[in-house]
Amino acid sequence: MNILNYDPQDFYDELFIEQGKVRSCAKALISTITKMPDGELQRRQKAAEASFMDTGITFAVYGNKESTEKIIPFDVIPRIVDAKSWEPLEKGLQQRTYAMNCFLNDIYGEQKILKDKVIPEQLVKTCIAYRKECDGLKPPRSIWAHITGTDLVRDKDGTFYVLEDNMRCPSGVSYVLQNRRVLKQTFPQVFSKCAIRSVDAYPTKLREMLKYLAPDNIDEPNVVVLTPGIYNSAYYEHSFLAQQMGVDLVCGNDLVVQDNKVYEKTTKGLKQVHVIYRRIDDDFLDPKVFRADSVLGVPGIFDAYKSGNVALANAPGCGVADDKAIYSYVPKIIKYYLDEDNIIPNVPTYVCDNEKDKKYVIENIAKMVVKAVGESGGYGMLVGPQASKNDLEEFKNRINSNPRNYIAQPLISLSRVPTLVEGNFEGRHVDLRPYIIQGKEIYVLPGGLTRVALKRGSYVVNSSQGGGAKDTWVMSKQKNEGEDNVK
Amino acid sequence: MLSRVADSLFWISRYIERAENIAREIDANINLMLDLPDEERNWDPLIQTVGSNDEFYEKFGEATIENVMDFLVLDEENPNSVISCIAKARENARCVREIITLEMWLHINKFYHRLRDKAIKDELLNNPHDFCTEIKIFCQLYVGIQEGSMSHNEGWNFSWLGRLLERIDQTSRLLDVKYYILLPNVSMVGMSLDIVQWNAVLKSVSAFEMFKKTYSNVTPQNVAQFLILNKEFPRSFIYCLEHAEKALKRITKDKELIGQKSLRLIGKLRSKLEFSTISEIIQSGLHETIDEIQIALMEIDETIRKEFFSF
Repeated sequence: MNILNYDPQDFYDELFIEQGKVRSCAKALISTITKMPDGELQRRQKAAEASFMDTGITFAVYGNKESTEKIIPFDVIPRIVDAKSWEPLEKGLQQRTYAMNCFLNDIYGEQKILKDKVIPEQLVKTCIAYRKECDGLKPPRSIWAHITGTDLVRDKDGTFYVLEDNMRCPSGVSYVLQNRRVLKQTFPQVFSKCAIRSVDAYPTKLREMLKYLAPDNIDEPNVVVLTPGIYNSAYYEHSFLAQQMGVDLVCGNDLVVQDNKVYEKTTKGLKQVHVIYRRIDDDFLDPKVFRADSVLGVPGIFDAYKSGNVALANAPGCGVADDKAIYSYVPKIIKYYLDEDNIIPNVPTYVCDNEKDKKYVIENIAKMVVKAVGESGGYGMLVGPQASKNDLEEFKNRINSNPRNYIAQPLISLSRVPTLVEGNFEGRHVDLRPYIIQGKEIYVLPGGLTRVALKRGSYVVNSSQGGGAKDTWVMSKQKNEGEDNVK
Repeated sequence: MLSRVADSLFWISRYIERAENIAREIDANINLMLDLPDEERNWDPLIQTVGSNDEFYEKFGEATIENVMDFLVLDEENPNSVISCIAKARENARCVREIITLEMWLHINKFYHRLRDKAIKDELLNNPHDFCTEIKIFCQLYVGIQEGSMSHNEGWNFSWLGRLLERIDQTSRLLDVKYYILLPNVSMVGMSLDIVQWNAVLKSVSAFEMFKKTYSNVTPQNVAQFLILNKEFPRSFIYCLEHAEKALKRITKDKELIGQKSLRLIGKLRSKLEFSTISEIIQSGLHETIDEIQIALMEIDETIRKEFFSF
């Protein structure tokens, strides 16, 4: 298995220009791999997976008694982004995040964008994640979207597109940090040779942002991470982030609200909490305001938040901005608030709520990817070119009976990265989720989670649908070009 | 410190201590059976300390070594089996994953996955002694890792407190089940059977060697005195109570009101035992004394829970 025999086929490959011809940002890596003895890479991959299991970097599999915990399949070959490609992504993500926050302030405030008829009011108000309880609410420092995970994809010609915005507790950043830890052990020579940008600052940046949200006049704000508990699929991440930030990890039961203030129950009695990084969905946050049957949340927390005594990140109601139907308006949103063109393009999107778009989608459904607007995790989705006749008919019916619930996009021929498959190198499709923190300034983590569709030919990268993860290396400018280590 | 976190730390060490005791008792009992192969129902006392005889016989029918091992070690439906204890310790450890050290967590997590491995049953039945030894060593290593890697802070004190209270609980259960051996009919005193049994009791709480260094004669009175009143042996009642009281004092040091009732109850039980002699205890009935201690322990547990963990 020589990686130089790897065939990128008719796709954009992140490491190879064509067979045997390595992209300059990947030369040090590929040269290291070719020098490894047979089986060494696989051995390292197995060791990495065992260490994930021992460390408990697992996610919960529901309804399976035998093995309730699994690791996310991990592939040891990283995805590499050179400095020149990264720069516009970083700018574009900052631009997008800032504009989305303006949008949220406006939607729950004066609603100028609706009055100016840039977006149909009915579309916004019918979003599942729109919270009328947040109307008129001013969150601390006017920030709604504190942490965003934006899904990017790369087409055949190498163009990056935004595929999805995620503002409702996007998860996965702990994998970014852990994958990096493992890869530093796997390819130490490459790290010392190339300037790969570090991802270590994330927890510090997150903590800084959270502290920035605290009410004025608090010297040492008490920040906590709120988790639904150990049975949540992202529990490991919650505990990891709390530990890395050096703050308490709390469950709903650990908190009480008295006089519109939030307290945690400690062995010394009650202690006030000022900022909550909550990893519980809006629905479950406060049984007094949202779902009454929630046992995960904290009764009264929403009123405490409205009174300004506690900050919540992300802000309740921010999910309206990542609705898949709103997504198609993001270029207009950016133009409206910033008077700028969007730096990273959107994937062309047909909103079925619009009669003309719907007609086009129904007629061309075999060429399209159809998605339910409120769903995530790869559920409620149709990949037209890979679907059976029955599935196509079924989705036509679904669209006709509830057009507001569907959008469609042309199938993007996602870029690929060589991946270890049973001892061979095979191309697998990937996307990229960088994480953006919006506080006093907007920080884009240089890297992100590269999700890989491990099934041959599959375009669905979600871990619930057989996806795995890769480390993402963003190269810094200085040492990037020129070094040519492969003969 | 979050109340829930203190609660978890308290219980992790209780469950691990419990698992260690079960393993040690199984091992001692296997050893005993080799000396007394004709004795009937010789697993009953152990089944009774760990679970319930009714439950066991209903589920398994017969007390073969396979069934007993299954019930005591690998039965996830038995809440006090070794695997249940380790699973609960691990679940609590996951809840406080960011509080304990990585070494502590790795140690528990790896062993949990090992116990859940399908091949484990054969390994257990092939050599129960080795397997019990492995469980004991796992538990002792955990204590050592915690001792050496975690700061001796409030959380550590809660953990140590849990371990000590669990030890008294386990030792008292064992004594309660075996008290009739320790206080036999006058006619039976001095028969060789007794010595074998007493030795087994001592080995069950790993007190055999230390007992021998203190007493030359294995008499019921000496065994009871050692396990209840010896101030140096780390599993005796009085040792555990004294140290539990000290841990609780450190915990309450910087808290004005919280914990005072727990402190008073523990101090009361400790001083009551401290100023008793073994003759007095035997005179008023060993079984009755143990009963009283267990009731007092339950009240202490409940008070700690109310004062620190869930209010």
